[in-house]
Amino acid sequence: MKRRSFVKKVTLSSFATLIGAEIVFGSNIMEGYIPLALQDPDPFKMFNKNKEMIVLNDKPWNIEAQAHLLDDKITPNSCMFIRNNGLVPENIDAKKWVLKIDGESVVKEKTYTLSELKSKFKHYTYQLTIECGGNGRSEFNPPAKGNQWTVGAVHCASWTGVRLKDVLEDAGIKKDAVYIGYHAADIHLSRDPKHEPISRGCPMSKALQDETLIAFQMNGEDIPFIHGYPLRLVAGGWPASVSGKWVNRISIRNKIHDGPKMTGDAYRVPCKPVAPGEKVKDEDMCIIESMPVKSLITYPKSGAIINKGKALNIRGHAWAGELEVAKMEYSIDYGSTWNACVIEKPTNRLAWQHFTASIKFPDTGYYEVWAKATDTNGIAQPMLLPGWNPKGYLNNACHRIAIKVK
Amino acid sequence: MSEELDFHNQVKKIYRFLLLLFSLFVITGGLIVYYMVNPNFLNLKKAPEVAVAVEELDPDRIENGIHVSTGFVDAEGLMTVIRNCTGCHSSKLILQNRMNVERWNTTIKWMQETQNLPDLGKNQEIIVNYLATNYPPIDKGRRDILTNIDWYELKD
Repeated sequence: MKRRSFVKKVTLSSFATLIGAEIVFGSNIMEGYIPLALQDPDPFKMFNKNKEMIVLNDKPWNIEAQAHLLDDKITPNSCMFIRNNGLVPENIDAKKWVLKIDGESVVKEKTYTLSELKSKFKHYTYQLTIECGGNGRSEFNPPAKGNQWTVGAVHCASWTGVRLKDVLEDAGIKKDAVYIGYHAADIHLSRDPKHEPISRGCPMSKALQDETLIAFQMNGEDIPFIHGYPLRLVAGGWPASVSGKWVNRISIRNKIHDGPKMTGDAYRVPCKPVAPGEKVKDEDMCIIESMPVKSLITYPKSGAIINKGKALNIRGHAWAGELEVAKMEYSIDYGSTWNACVIEKPTNRLAWQHFTASIKFPDTGYYEVWAKATDTNGIAQPMLLPGWNPKGYLNNACHRIAIKVK
Repeated sequence: MSEELDFHNQVKKIYRFLLLLFSLFVITGGLIVYYMVNPNFLNLKKAPEVAVAVEELDPDRIENGIHVSTGFVDAEGLMTVIRNCTGCHSSKLILQNRMNVERWNTTIKWMQETQNLPDLGKNQEIIVNYLATNYPPIDKGRRDILTNIDWYELKD
């Protein structure tokens, strides 16, 4: 008996115990039939992910990439991190999907079907860097609560959709509008329909940017289910939680949106710097907007052994939230000296930029290659952890890889 | 005399027939009861591996001090944590985190305020003690050294 089928049989009988009823002749239930709630899913198959992706959490699903998996200039679905606050939506029917625009500051509430959105408004395609606010959380000390992302909660795919601006203006924006908030079809962990797992948003200034899209395609195809099919709000350069998945309603608010994960300490950092571990009152926490400057060495994978005298060609990406990366450097002596990398211009605003460098090592031994990006305001990545914050957001410390020269 | 013998033989026959009938009844009954208890036994070809699988099915199996199906450390309060904490979210979420008593309590309060977690009563202390004892904060300094490096020859 295969383990799986045995487990299935056993699970069926325990399921019977659980629901307090008997599944008569449980073991004779049709081959292939497993009660939905008991499925033991393979996330890599289910979401078409690379086998080297790291599952941080399976309820709700949270999966991250590793640096070397992000080597593509345009991130493919297989290596895109998954962040969920709740359970994924059930029974999505794109034909019946509607997007509603409402809120205190909408001139006239409107709803659009997918085909109306696609036919009524002009389409745009942008490559957009989307990074989880908690990317790098695992390094904070004292440890911060939440999924312990290392470096892989970032991607830069190509998104196609209509401008949020065009849709909001079609419904009409009142003068007192300050914020938008999205609502979506995902399910609260408690399955209580009165609760939304997450409902965040952004100020009108970000909502009205050309690159802020209501997207229906990713990398030229329908958005994969786990990344928000059929509609996703996409706001590059800001915490990924602004880019709501499975969006079915956008509210134009006359105040800062107050949905779940907008308030308290969620996606907020202390307005003024605090000591590591210090308690911070909710009212002293400020909403994260643009993400900080950061970079990732995506080639080679950490742990490469090379021969003495051979140059090491490294490459990777750098990004800077709303800004651009102006300078890219590497160090092989822990920051004593820095050398320039070649850095490309972004394909479009809010897309990550690619860098390369050819490194010669002076002798055999153990080295680390550290990468440091500087944005157009002259702000660089720190080598140590940046300011501690209770939820462990915004760790943009330099990425490094280990190299041995023999 | 022969009539007497004939009668005696007939009684013997009837007795044997009844005995056979009774045995069949007992065996059939036994089989039915056994089938009800263990409906798998007719699937003969699958039988030999059952012994291996039995180990897999125990949801409370502990191996090397770890509760296998959740990954939790086997310590006082384990079952209370499993019962109260893994219904809504995976044990993986807990295993990733490390906090002291105060911060585990704050986390529970947050779940009660936003995630529909009911009051835990006396169990809260048991849970928080288990978590703070087995999953306390570890000092990582301002930047940790690189660990678990997977060395390989770079070819190109």
